[in-house]
Amino acid sequence: MSDSSAKSGMTIHLKIWRQARSAAQGRFVDYTVSGIQQEMSLLEMLDILNEDLVRKGEEAIEFDSDCREGICGTCGMVVSGVAHGKHAGTTTCEIRMRQYKDGDTITIEPFRAGPFPIIKDLVVGREAFDRIQRKGGFVSTNVGSAPDGNAILVSKLAADDAMDAATCIGCGACVAACPNASASLFVSAKISQLAWLPQGGPERGRRALAMIAQMDAEGFGDCSNHGECEAVCPKQISIQNIAKMRREYVKAAWTGADKSRSSGGD
Amino acid sequence: MTTGNRVLDAKIPGGPLADKWDRHEMENPLVAPGGNRRKLTVIVVGTGLAGGGAAATLGELGYNVLNFCIQDTPRRAHSVAAQGGINAAKNYQNDGDSVQRLFYDTIKGGDYRSREANVYRLAQLSTGIIDQSVAMGVPFAREYGGALSNRSFGGVQVSRTFYARGQTGQQLLLGVYSALVRQIEAGTVKMFPRHEMLDLVVVDGRARGIIARELTTGEIKRFAADAVVLATGGYSPVFYLSTNAVNCNATAIWRAHRRGALFSNPCYTQIHPTAVPQMGDYQSKLTLMSESLRNDGRVWVPKKPGDKRRPNEIPESDRDYYLERRYPAFGNLVPRDIAARAAKVESDLGKSAYFSPQSVYLDFAEAIGRLGKGVVGDRYGNLFDMYREIIGDSPYDTPMMIYPAPHYTMGGLWVDYNLQGTIEGLFVAGEANFSDHGANRLGASALMQGLADGYFVVPRVVASYLANAKASTVKADHDGFKAVEDESRTHIQRLLAIKGKRTVRDMHWELGRTMWDKVGMARNAGGLKEAIAEIGKLRESFWHDLALTGGADDLNKQLEQANRLCDYLELGELMARDALMREESCGGHFREEHQTPEGEALRDDANFAFVSAWEYTGPGREPVMHKEPLAFENVELKTRSYK
Ligand SMILES: Cc1cc2nc3c(=O)[nH]c(=O)nc-3n(C[C@H](O)[C@H](O)[C@H](O)COP(=O)(O)OP(=O)(O)OC[C@H]3O[C@@H](n4cnc5c(N)ncnc54)[C@H](O)[C@@H]3O)c2cc1C
Ligand code: SF4
Ligand code: FES
Repeated sequence: MSDSSAKSGMTIHLKIWRQARSAAQGRFVDYTVSGIQQEMSLLEMLDILNEDLVRKGEEAIEFDSDCREGICGTCGMVVSGVAHGKHAGTTTCEIRMRQYKDGDTITIEPFRAGPFPIIKDLVVGREAFDRIQRKGGFVSTNVGSAPDGNAILVSKLAADDAMDAATCIGCGACVAACPNASASLFVSAKISQLAWLPQGGPERGRRALAMIAQMDAEGFGDCSNHGECEAVCPKQISIQNIAKMRREYVKAAWTGADKSRSSGGD
Repeated sequence: MTTGNRVLDAKIPGGPLADKWDRHEMENPLVAPGGNRRKLTVIVVGTGLAGGGAAATLGELGYNVLNFCIQDTPRRAHSVAAQGGINAAKNYQNDGDSVQRLFYDTIKGGDYRSREANVYRLAQLSTGIIDQSVAMGVPFAREYGGALSNRSFGGVQVSRTFYARGQTGQQLLLGVYSALVRQIEAGTVKMFPRHEMLDLVVVDGRARGIIARELTTGEIKRFAADAVVLATGGYSPVFYLSTNAVNCNATAIWRAHRRGALFSNPCYTQIHPTAVPQMGDYQSKLTLMSESLRNDGRVWVPKKPGDKRRPNEIPESDRDYYLERRYPAFGNLVPRDIAARAAKVESDLGKSAYFSPQSVYLDFAEAIGRLGKGVVGDRYGNLFDMYREIIGDSPYDTPMMIYPAPHYTMGGLWVDYNLQGTIEGLFVAGEANFSDHGANRLGASALMQGLADGYFVVPRVVASYLANAKASTVKADHDGFKAVEDESRTHIQRLLAIKGKRTVRDMHWELGRTMWDKVGMARNAGGLKEAIAEIGKLRESFWHDLALTGGADDLNKQLEQANRLCDYLELGELMARDALMREESCGGHFREEHQTPEGEALRDDANFAFVSAWEYTGPGREPVMHKEPLAFENVELKTRSYK
């Protein structure tokens, strides 16, 4: 690692989107922060800026964050034009100031998409994702009815593929990056996780139809294979999931929601 | 200190240990399905494994559930961050595991300060959790034959931990979330995201509801119910820097405490041995590196104090693998409290990684030599990547640097066997209660407790409470609600009216310093008394010097954090008082006055085999401590040894 004893610190210029709650218009506001260490995270820099603002009697910049280690999906901002910043495979909270040099300018704005209303400053509402999950992002099994864990064998490869899809953190970067504001990557991750597993088999047709219908109803756009979603996804969810989702959909649309006899694991 | 004489009846069912829960299930009354259940409302605060599991399951049973969380969606509850795994006594590895052994390991791991009956039930329920999670589509790691995989975790000699790469908590929580959205869609659960509980409403001695603030609008609302379940997680951020998410808080349990719920063992906190070391005072949290790393990583420091050479320049002969040296039987896999304290002992002697006086090495060179880079990468790749993002170098080539960090709180609200607190109708589940881990929690056991409480215990005990209690006639328009709502509003206004000069973060940082230095990994009477005085002063300063901007009718995270900090400023003091009272060392509570000549913890079973249960007596007044004696009928109290 680079020498942490060099505590000089960088000066960074920021252009940050400010928008009052429910106000129709927002705007960029310029700020300058200094003494920024390279081990600091981008969000820690915002914390410091917010402290300065509060001391001056100004309102702090609102942004969402919780785990600050890339797993909860709460944070989510467009950093200098890219959802979650320029490094692939990381979330906004994982951005370290090591990526920048003294005097750099960083633009920070919220995830923008019709179905993600801005609540205030950099905070957006992503409830549309929950409403899509409600339509079928589950296996209908009540507590108490499960057989022994090893009674359901799952090949390691299928389990790994399911896990790859299941790591989606529901952050919404895929939507923010898509020119059509499509939620296909997010929705396909859940559909394909459950389609890989035998547990998801009985409901796979019904699930694909219902979740996709809700995705459309929420006003997310169509997927036209731009691939921007995969590029910004912090969990590197593969766009192949979208292809799998389409197959699930076509099969279900063809045979009817509950006619699919496949037990999953394909 | 005043000791009270309330008799705390844990309501442990009679009969042999192994039969207690079944018997209890048989003897408990039930509510018939259908209309009767729909008319009964249960508030569940929290959507982690405990709260989300309970809300979904109560919904499946047909109750009318109101479920709350701070985050914008239930899927982000802090359980999502758990990495390493979840224990269950499945004995799939045929290595001698059993319910009895899991029970014994947990009692011993907790340093004989937990309740036998609760721990036994936890071990019994553990197996059903795995079954349920698999059925929901949780993608646990598997072997080529298709069976579930296991790994081992600290403090035990069997392999009973189930995992989903390094994201076990996320996957289990997404399982809970899927059950929850299914019930939301079915109309049995009503979800209130971005709602923070500010207070508990108690009318005629019974919990009747809560007051919550909608965080986006600032609106303060009343919610009435027939029972209230708190599953709001732990309070590690009382140390400011911890491995917890930045919004974790004690507000819900602390306000319930102020309304009469006794608070147990507040001083039992777990300092996790393997986190990325602290870097600077700008920091907002510490990042955990899963305990599973100790399966293959070897912990060491340079033999010579002050050795500032880079780790790869230090030859084997100049390294001290102190855990392997001191604990040959368990080596790098000793329980957390022991591994954490050992790191402190070394660094106090001036032996540390070059990076800072508070860091030690965790080295994978031997594992990479033995297993190859590929296998090590499969096991820990995502953790290594995370580490590299933060520190800047790669654990594949350079030993990792780690140091202990506040991580988990074993203390919490007192509950009986039915998870009911000392207020009737108030139930507490998951990390928020005190019940299962004694003075130290074993790795991979919090997820187990969260889901045992959520899926199995809460639904049963709340149902039988509701079967006995008559439907509540107290509605949200009752005067009791109005009074508490007014208090909540005044409290928020008071915070905004202080108009001082210090930020919330600045004051929280100061509280954290005191807690870490004096109520942290090693404690002594002098330090604890200083801590009590310092926290008292800081609390006064808080009410004069706090700087806040923005209003109460809007999203205002500074205000949210200030509101949480004022509870931490009271809880921190109680933790110090509890630690001062407990004149022994046990588990995560280490009093320097009470140790063996080799520096191991010295328990005092004759005088301290009890649960402390603190009563709030009013602002600025000394709390009163009550005791629940611990009876051990099935295990023999022994000195914990991992040598
Ligand atoms: C980094 C990390 C790694 C871990 N790894 C493991 C592991 O590998 N194995 C293991 O067994 N354990 C692990 N743990 C511990 C374990 O994750 C937690 O103890 C457990 O998940 C807690 O679950 P819970 O349901 O009690 O609470 P949480 O999951 O913390 O949920 C709390 C809920 O309460 C809500 N809430 C809190 N306050 C309020 C309020 N005032 N009003 C409204 N809602 C509120 C929150 O929004 C949230 O929904 C780890 C912990 C950390 C920090
Ligand atoms: S698919 Fe990727 S970008 Fe989209 S919500 Fe999931 S994790 Fe975020
Ligand atoms: S804050 Fe949790 S992913 Fe960024």
